[in-house]
Amino acid sequence: MSTAAAAPEPDTRAAGAEPARGEGRFAVLQRVAQGELGSLRVLFGLILIWGIFTIANDRFLTATNLVNLALQIAATGMISIGVVLVLLLGEIDLSVAIVSGLCAAVMAVLVEQHGWAAVPGIAAAIVAGAAIGLFQGSVVTRFGIPSFVITLAGLIGWQGALLLVLGQTGTVNITNPTIVGLAGTFYKGATAWIIAAVVVALFALASLDARRRRLAAGLAAATPAVVAVRVAAVALVSFGVVAVLDQDRGLPLALVILIGFVVVFDYVVRRTRFGRHVLAVGGNAEAARRAGIRVDRVRIVVFVLASSLAACGGILFASRLLAVNQSSGGSDLLLLAIAGPVIAGTSLFGGRGTVWSALLGGLVIGSISNGMDLLALPSSTKYMVTGGVLLAAVVVDAAARQRRQRAGRV
Amino acid sequence: MTATSGSASGGEPLLALRGVSKRFGAVRALDRVDFDVHAGEVVGLVGDNGAGKSTLVKVMSGIYLAEEGEYRFEGSERHVGGPSDATALGVATVYQDLALCDNLDVVANLFVGREEVAGGAGGVLRALDEAAMEKQAAELLETLTVRLPSVRQEVGLLSGGQRQSVAIARSLIGEAKVVLLDEPTAALGVAQTAQVLALIKRLREQGLGVVVISHNLANVFDVVDRIFVLRLGRKAGTFAVQDTSHEEIVSAITGAEFGGDGRGNGRGAEEEAAR
Repeated sequence: MSTAAAAPEPDTRAAGAEPARGEGRFAVLQRVAQGELGSLRVLFGLILIWGIFTIANDRFLTATNLVNLALQIAATGMISIGVVLVLLLGEIDLSVAIVSGLCAAVMAVLVEQHGWAAVPGIAAAIVAGAAIGLFQGSVVTRFGIPSFVITLAGLIGWQGALLLVLGQTGTVNITNPTIVGLAGTFYKGATAWIIAAVVVALFALASLDARRRRLAAGLAAATPAVVAVRVAAVALVSFGVVAVLDQDRGLPLALVILIGFVVVFDYVVRRTRFGRHVLAVGGNAEAARRAGIRVDRVRIVVFVLASSLAACGGILFASRLLAVNQSSGGSDLLLLAIAGPVIAGTSLFGGRGTVWSALLGGLVIGSISNGMDLLALPSSTKYMVTGGVLLAAVVVDAAARQRRQRAGRV
Repeated sequence: MTATSGSASGGEPLLALRGVSKRFGAVRALDRVDFDVHAGEVVGLVGDNGAGKSTLVKVMSGIYLAEEGEYRFEGSERHVGGPSDATALGVATVYQDLALCDNLDVVANLFVGREEVAGGAGGVLRALDEAAMEKQAAELLETLTVRLPSVRQEVGLLSGGQRQSVAIARSLIGEAKVVLLDEPTAALGVAQTAQVLALIKRLREQGLGVVVISHNLANVFDVVDRIFVLRLGRKAGTFAVQDTSHEEIVSAITGAEFGGDGRGNGRGAEEEAAR
């Protein structure tokens, strides 16, 4: 017994590879390899897809087509942000696509048929989305029914509501200049460059501030060189995008809106208490509950956000198509909105993923869709390819989870 | 062994239960039990299955309300009506399933539910103060000599012993004075068990009161100062670890000493207890 008592001290030293403090470059590299490999994988996939479609059709990588691509992914990406939030909780919302159509219809009818101004009309659409989310989230938490079932009921029920709102004609054209302007406004020349410069400057300031805080607390922080490389990368992407899009119509307002929403919700998820609680609930709901997190409230708020973001996506859609009709929010929109984040590494099992996967994944799946349109492939092929890509992404996600379970828990 | 124990007996107990009873229907799970733990003392809580160990811990952690008896903390009677009351007093419980979020890193797990936010305006959108939390986490783990690859490591990638250490360390973030550990070594290998036992000794050095529930008498003898034996919901005795033996504890657990009723199943319980 006394020999066993003597054992602990050397054992604890042996078990820890490095001291907790003073983690060096090695740990940073390791973290990049573990955490950000997903994003890198997506970037490689994107380059591959763009390469294939460029070889197949030389119009794919033209400025005109890339502006089209940006407009196409803006609405889907917006819906995907909400999907990411729900997926992080470990839940699913199958009603987002149809809710986007329904809310756009609410806006269209109020503005075009009842003479509302654009801003109240848009606000009404978002409030309608929030109310739907509140209802669905409350039912899920109150009765403990899987969100899959509740939102499947929503998928069908809100389709009926869409038909009801649209009324006899079944379609409402959008002529309001403000709403049309959401997808129809482009920034060229100086304005676009200033927007890119502001983005880069804000990123640089935020990076430096984070570094200052860590140094002030006596913690290891990114070296100035690493910060410089990160800022340079963001500058390269921002100015590169503007340079390319400027050759055609310019930087679309819709893309600026999407990126703005992504940045805000990325901040909410990674940097706020609420976001941390979402991740905790997605990782281990029982642990979160015992830690004093009001799990049901977190769930309801996330469903409200998801439906509200779906409404925002629906508004962008309506603005681009200049109409809301009976097929708004239908077709493959739901598949695309969910497939995007999953392809870009947000797990279906909860707790893992980033808001940026909404944009990156939207870009991947939008590129595939856009490229196949350019090649004039039939719908049959398009559906099967998109479904296949989603299937592959889900399998990769599930395989990664199995690896974690085998390796992580001894 | 004898050198480390006996440091903190005597004086006012930190947490004390006086004449606590708890009934489930016709079953008396606890029958007028007196229990106490002092600051800087590790008490082992042992007993056969169904002896009332879990019930007693749940009374201390506020999950169960005792029907009679007093809950005293730092010398005065307190009303504990739920787990949050116990937490507020400074009684932290580490359950057997650890309740960690595998997807979050060590710092996030230590602070989950009580994250620190940076000052200033912004309401719900205020940023988490990651630097402050990481600093506190590193300091806490340092004082406990818990070695981890990185405090930014995902908890799911840690070993069982490291996970248990993180779960125990978490209970100290909220200024705990008494820590209740439910089977802290049940799922661990030899080296990791030693790691956790060393951590329990450091909790004692920090002046905390520690209650360890365990089936493993060898571990209990390694780390505790005093062994509290429950049998059929009653206190079967409390033994200073330097003045007792395995045999004495086993017979207290099985009741072999107290008459014929324990004889029949004594062998099975002994095997259970020695496992």
